Amino acid sequence: MSEHIAALSNIAAKYDNDPNRLLDILIDVQTQERCVTDDAARQLAREVGLSWADIHQTVSFYHLLSETPRGEYTIYLNNGPVAIMQGYEEVAAAFSEAAGCPINSVTEDGRIGIFATADMGMGDQEVAALINKVVFTCLTPEKARALVKDMQEGLSVQDMATKYGEYGDGNNSLPSIGSMVRNNIQKAGPVCFGPYEFGVALRKCVTLSPEEVLAKIKASKLRGRGGAGFPTGMKWELCAKAPGPERCVVANADEGEPGTFKDRVLLTERAELFFEGMAVCAYAVGASTGALYLRGEYTYLREYLEQVLDQMRADNLLGKDIAGKAGFDFDIRVQLGAGSYVCGEESALLESAEGKRGEPRNRPPFPAQSGYRAMPTVIDNVETLASAAQIIDKGAAWFSRMGTEESTGTKVLSISGDCDRPGIYEVEFGITLGELLDMAGAQNPQAVQVGGPSGRCLNAAEKDTPISFEGCPSAGAFLIIGTERDLLEIIDNFMAFFTDESCGSCSSCRAGTWMLRNTLRRIRQGQGTREDLTSMRQLSAVMQKTTKCGLGHTAPHPILNTMDNFPHLYEALIPERSDIRVFDLDASIKAANAAVGRTPVPEEKEEEQL
Amino acid sequence: MSETIETSSEIITLTIDGQEIQAAAGQTILQAAQKNGIYIPTLCALHATKENGLESDIAPGTCRICTVKVNGRTMAACTTPVAQGFVVENDTEELNDLRKTIVELLFVEGNHFCPSCEKSGSCDLQALAYRYQMLSPRFRYAFSSREVNAESPKLLFDRNRCILCRRCVLAIRTEDGKQLFGFTKRGDKSGIIMDEELVKNISEEQAQQAMHICPVGAIIRKEKGFDTPFGQRKYDQNPIGSETVCTTCNGEKS
Ligand SMILES: Cc1cc2nc3c(=O)[nH]c(=O)nc-3n(C[C@H](O)[C@H](O)[C@H](O)COP(=O)(O)O)c2cc1C
Ligand code: SF4
Ligand code: SF4
Ligand code: SF4
Ligand code: FES
Repeated sequence: MSEHIAALSNIAAKYDNDPNRLLDILIDVQTQERCVTDDAARQLAREVGLSWADIHQTVSFYHLLSETPRGEYTIYLNNGPVAIMQGYEEVAAAFSEAAGCPINSVTEDGRIGIFATADMGMGDQEVAALINKVVFTCLTPEKARALVKDMQEGLSVQDMATKYGEYGDGNNSLPSIGSMVRNNIQKAGPVCFGPYEFGVALRKCVTLSPEEVLAKIKASKLRGRGGAGFPTGMKWELCAKAPGPERCVVANADEGEPGTFKDRVLLTERAELFFEGMAVCAYAVGASTGALYLRGEYTYLREYLEQVLDQMRADNLLGKDIAGKAGFDFDIRVQLGAGSYVCGEESALLESAEGKRGEPRNRPPFPAQSGYRAMPTVIDNVETLASAAQIIDKGAAWFSRMGTEESTGTKVLSISGDCDRPGIYEVEFGITLGELLDMAGAQNPQAVQVGGPSGRCLNAAEKDTPISFEGCPSAGAFLIIGTERDLLEIIDNFMAFFTDESCGSCSSCRAGTWMLRNTLRRIRQGQGTREDLTSMRQLSAVMQKTTKCGLGHTAPHPILNTMDNFPHLYEALIPERSDIRVFDLDASIKAANAAVGRTPVPEEKEEEQL
Repeated sequence: MSETIETSSEIITLTIDGQEIQAAAGQTILQAAQKNGIYIPTLCALHATKENGLESDIAPGTCRICTVKVNGRTMAACTTPVAQGFVVENDTEELNDLRKTIVELLFVEGNHFCPSCEKSGSCDLQALAYRYQMLSPRFRYAFSSREVNAESPKLLFDRNRCILCRRCVLAIRTEDGKQLFGFTKRGDKSGIIMDEELVKNISEEQAQQAMHICPVGAIIRKEKGFDTPFGQRKYDQNPIGSETVCTTCNGEKS
């Protein structure tokens, strides 16, 4: 017991008992003890000077933290849409049977815990699982059974990984990553995956003034790649002009949108480029603090990324007087997340990076005015930062010649689902839906979910739709759904995702998401009414107008889009007489009759109106 | 969350529903409206008064009932600071219908049985349901299973009626600033938790304050039931919104 207490003290001390580092402390405790118990929470509260409620609030928020032990081997099995398409059910059943415990529980001996989890960025190699932070891809029932056997025999997770998968391609085979994850780069474009030489962008950057750097970014008309498409130059300028003694740059590598995995590949293959992009931004806005917010599911990349940062420090591309420029001091630390989609939302990300529940903040103030620890802060997507570095090296004109008028440059897409060539495609903005479907080898597409659940569900027949901010924007996902699929099953999965991932803070999102999910389920079971369709539309409108953050604004998209683009799917499910709610007495008392052994008197059946 | 609001002496002019009003820079739209006798409904934001014992206004921004339109865009009045020339729409059919929808959602999300509720007649949620003429919610009930905690000697905590507004989380603290209430989990599993150790030792005054700040009947002070009989309660006399919150103190903090 005292040993246990000392262990917790040591972990807290490693982060200077700083309440702002609570998330790191909790992640370490979870890794070591497989849980953060109530007693541990009370002790940690004393160590870092918070209340028990503070600690509990944070622990209970994140999917990868728990108050009860999660097993020596904790399996997080992805039950996202692509995983379901590729056989999640069978793999889950195999794990569960072999281990002898249902999903979302731990075996009696405490050795193996199996938990279903939201998409973890492996859409091109499903079914995927994390076992104690190590990624296992392309799982089948046979592999699942073999893995359980290894766990029962006490093999190390790393050994299990090398036994079943070869190392992936590219940097995935480096000792510091050592993962079976594959990059699957199907099409390398000129910006993010184009020619690039380490340090060149940053050395060019310091020969310019910060204003000149801002002017170049603005001239390139670069827009944020994380979803909202805000002009990057304008964002940097707002931050540069915000008063404050210190500024901050944060890279958003949360990548929680189901079906998106492009940042994973950029982090693996282009870490130097986008870290340089962060430093370019720091130079332009005058920031000295930098953080990479890395989703907990990508912990396997952490050691490698730390090595890259060390190398950059050694090469004077980070640290003091960067690239020989006197007074240009900037450094970057890696902040891990702990399993929460809403933490990708910029203000929630800041709360999370400060050790709290990842709840979106009330705005204003916006991050550019008051962000990480109240510093004016730029938060940008990984791809945006990588593009910025290339713009400084190769010029604004080079960049803005690509793409369309309002969407310059290229977009990295993560293509998955029913196609022959899932993977990464860097394409120019303006490319059409049809071209992409052909490139990926989609044989019988029914629908395409562009930009993940929060994006748009298009009818695959609309081949001319351009992928761009003015046409159909995509934060990165391009999920192809074949004609043989039950589309509404996938929509149901999305709504369950939003219901789980809503931070629960605003009433219209918290209650709206499960209401939409429940109503859709009722319709799918053939118990929906025409009124339900109207009420879903009304509720969606209220969510779009009242919720605090983008999660609540976009959560109704899957339902609204399918009601608009695939009305026949709903029509087919609404019973004909659904204008009135009917009550079938015989059916309702059937179970009760069976229980007491009573046979219903065969009366003339009357439908009672409610 | 912006919990407290700082104001300065700079004067700003804006309109709410066509009426021109003046406000101090740094004030929220809600504060400016209250000060000018304009009603905007709230469930989570609360103005500091002598009775509720708050030292400053709170605005968790969680209920979204105060949603207004500012220059055509919907925003929460309780967290949006005023700016010169704002054109605010508040008492419109569209916004009131949206508020009604939120009230309906809150009713079906929890388990509200007003006839047996100690707070009936002084409950803000119930009063808003009357205001927006909710007959029966257009959504189906969740019938969620929620725990009642009656362990503490002074407080009864009935989660069935909790609307998760977080007033208690922000307002009820120990002298050294520790929270007595907290927010647990997320999404449809969200809930309010009590630090039972701390709540056990709560003072009479703080228990009273906790019941007072809770807009609904989730926090009930034990052994004080029905001190004010039905018929004489807050909203039995005047419906919610019929007077602005602060006519007595003229919007000044007491
Ligand atoms: C619920 C939600 C989740 C988000 N997740 C991400 C994410 O995983 N990665 C990302 O870059 N942006 C995400 N965003 C968008 C960010 O809030 C923010 O707009 C973006 O990081 C800004 O960077 P950019 O300008 O480079 O796009 C999310 C937004 C919302 C509302
Ligand atoms: S919209 Fe949803 S996720 Fe965003 S703050 Fe509100 S409850 Fe949280
Ligand atoms: S809390 Fe209010 S709405 Fe809920 S049961 Fe009590 S009086 Fe009714
Ligand atoms: S207990 Fe009352 S004050 Fe606290 S969150 Fe629930 S409704 Fe609000
Ligand atoms: S009163 Fe403004 S959000 Fe609750």
